[in-house]
Amino acid sequence: MTSCSLFSVKRVAAAAVVIAMVGAPSVALAQIKIGSSLSVTGPASFLGDPEKKTLEMYVDEINKKGGINGQKLELIVYDDGGDANAARTFATRLVEDDKVAAVIGGTTTGATMAMIPVFEEAQVPFISLAGGIPIVEPVKKWVFKTPHTDKMACEKIFADLKKRKLTKIAIISGTGAFGKSMHNQCVKIAPKYGITIAHEETYGPGDSDMTPQLTNIKNTPGIQAVLNTGFGQGPAIVTRNYRQLAIPQPLYQSHGVASKQYIQLAGDAANGVRLPAAALLVANKLPNSDKQKPVVTGYTKAYEGKTKQDVSTFGGHAYDALMILTEAAKRAGGFKDKAKLRDQIEKTKGFIGTGGVVNMSPTNHVGLDQSAFRMLEIKNGDWVLVPESGS
Amino acid sequence: MAEFLQFAFSGLTVGAVYALVALGFTLIYNASDVINFAQGEFVMIGGLATVFIAAAGIPLPLAALLAVVAATAVGLALYRFAIEPARGASAVSLIMITIGASIFLRGAAQVIFDKRYHSLPPLFGDTPIKFGGAAILPQSLVVLAGALVIVVLLWTFIERTLFGKAVLATAANKLAARLVGIDTRRTVGFSFAVSAAIGAIAGILITPITLTSYNIGTLLALKGFAAAMLGGIGSALGAVIGGLLLGLLEAFSAGYLSSQYKDAVAFIVILVVLFARPQGLLGRATVERV
Repeated sequence: MTSCSLFSVKRVAAAAVVIAMVGAPSVALAQIKIGSSLSVTGPASFLGDPEKKTLEMYVDEINKKGGINGQKLELIVYDDGGDANAARTFATRLVEDDKVAAVIGGTTTGATMAMIPVFEEAQVPFISLAGGIPIVEPVKKWVFKTPHTDKMACEKIFADLKKRKLTKIAIISGTGAFGKSMHNQCVKIAPKYGITIAHEETYGPGDSDMTPQLTNIKNTPGIQAVLNTGFGQGPAIVTRNYRQLAIPQPLYQSHGVASKQYIQLAGDAANGVRLPAAALLVANKLPNSDKQKPVVTGYTKAYEGKTKQDVSTFGGHAYDALMILTEAAKRAGGFKDKAKLRDQIEKTKGFIGTGGVVNMSPTNHVGLDQSAFRMLEIKNGDWVLVPESGS
Repeated sequence: MAEFLQFAFSGLTVGAVYALVALGFTLIYNASDVINFAQGEFVMIGGLATVFIAAAGIPLPLAALLAVVAATAVGLALYRFAIEPARGASAVSLIMITIGASIFLRGAAQVIFDKRYHSLPPLFGDTPIKFGGAAILPQSLVVLAGALVIVVLLWTFIERTLFGKAVLATAANKLAARLVGIDTRRTVGFSFAVSAAIGAIAGILITPITLTSYNIGTLLALKGFAAAMLGGIGSALGAVIGGLLLGLLEAFSAGYLSSQYKDAVAFIVILVVLFARPQGLLGRATVERV
């Protein structure tokens, strides 16, 4: 009996020591938990993967510099694999189990929309990394986002068309989610820029030849330019077919193909194509006077140095979200008061990120303007900045 | 007229791609009644492996050869480790195994290669050939020629060689084939290897047109399968005719009707044909004895 109880006392003591050893550091540091649900695997992994790497990299760096207002950050990342249902489950877990101070993430628009009700109800500040307009229109009190929207890309393209006095265009769009959504946005705002869309064509996600559609565009009288909204391999094939048919009008592509890969795939056919893109992609081409230059070159160097991978705008969105959040937290005096933190995110003014200059307001939870996009032209297999004034 | 020609060229380009993919279904079906849904993955492996081997500094022709060898090895492995252990299972179960294999191969390609799109340089440059006001890329003709060469080789093999006859016999009646001394395991295994090689060659030839990535196989296999059904599954010439027809249907409906509904139009025509001729255009009508 005695030996038995003695033994159990020992065990309890040992357990207490273990608990003290494991539990003590986290208690002493009072870490702030930042939650995140990203599509690290699955079809959207080319977005989610750089986002996760970026967040991890910069949370480490912030902690090395002593944290925010003396508090260290702890990043909790779940992988929703691009599945909206999984994202919603993780959102609930972030709120109820992890009790996070704020959330960054939602790689896809679908995942973001599924998570919004959870964070709205729990009143947790949420900065999404997805592109869709419905995330911020109508404005939701606790929801913000950092990426550009399709609408802004349309505006940038139309402004450039107007400058070149091209007003009658044709659109050829992919039937995937991205192509369709951008097509709809462009059609909606075209009248505002005095642009008439005289002909519309579509192509499927796996199509390997678009010459019939382009032949019809070529035969439509009075077309002055052609816009292709799409993502993946489709725009590269459209570009090749465009040159195969020797269509003389200028071709515009969307920001969805703003990557070196597009130039590689389309080859010589890409020469002369114009497209809007984030400053991050042309970091080394920006003039030194550009406000964004230090930010984008800094991020590019850090990301490429750490991961040995090419920088992408998606990781840049995560960088912007984390910086907007931590800057707001500094102004709000820490992460403790979520309502104060939210108010400070909304008051973000003049923040220079990789995506552009951010000026949030109660009616605008993205805060980017048209200057976030740069108009690029492809010349000899490389990007060239189209000067903002003149054409 | 120029318009019509351009649509026809587009249809032939796309159709030649479908035909090449459809051809891959023929041999395995002939040997084992199995429709191999991993066929599209062989196409993907052919294209992607060539891109990556060439990127490692190996000259393109050698890289293409190595890619075909690699795909053939994968085809043999598929037979040895997935199909053969399930011998005695019904054709439907075997088809399901090939679906599983296709998902596995796609996943593996994501890890071994990457998730990006890649291209290969076309064989004879990318200056379009002008004809009657329409333009066609030389590579389209290469793909067409490739499909025809494979048809002739396949036909000669099946109709003119003893081993080809053995393949046919295995398909007709496995037990009887074994009784007359045919090593049916070897013939079926062989058909998987050759189909994989055909798929890989298709992948290498079409990549300059379609581009390639780890997930390109699914859609190509779907269209290729539809083409094979239309032409009559099991017939090599039928696969080519089915593929070209499907391509032309798509191109003409995209050009003259609406690009929104081109796939729907093509599939409706296929359904109508199969209602009238369930065995496909060139397929042999078979009687199932119960």
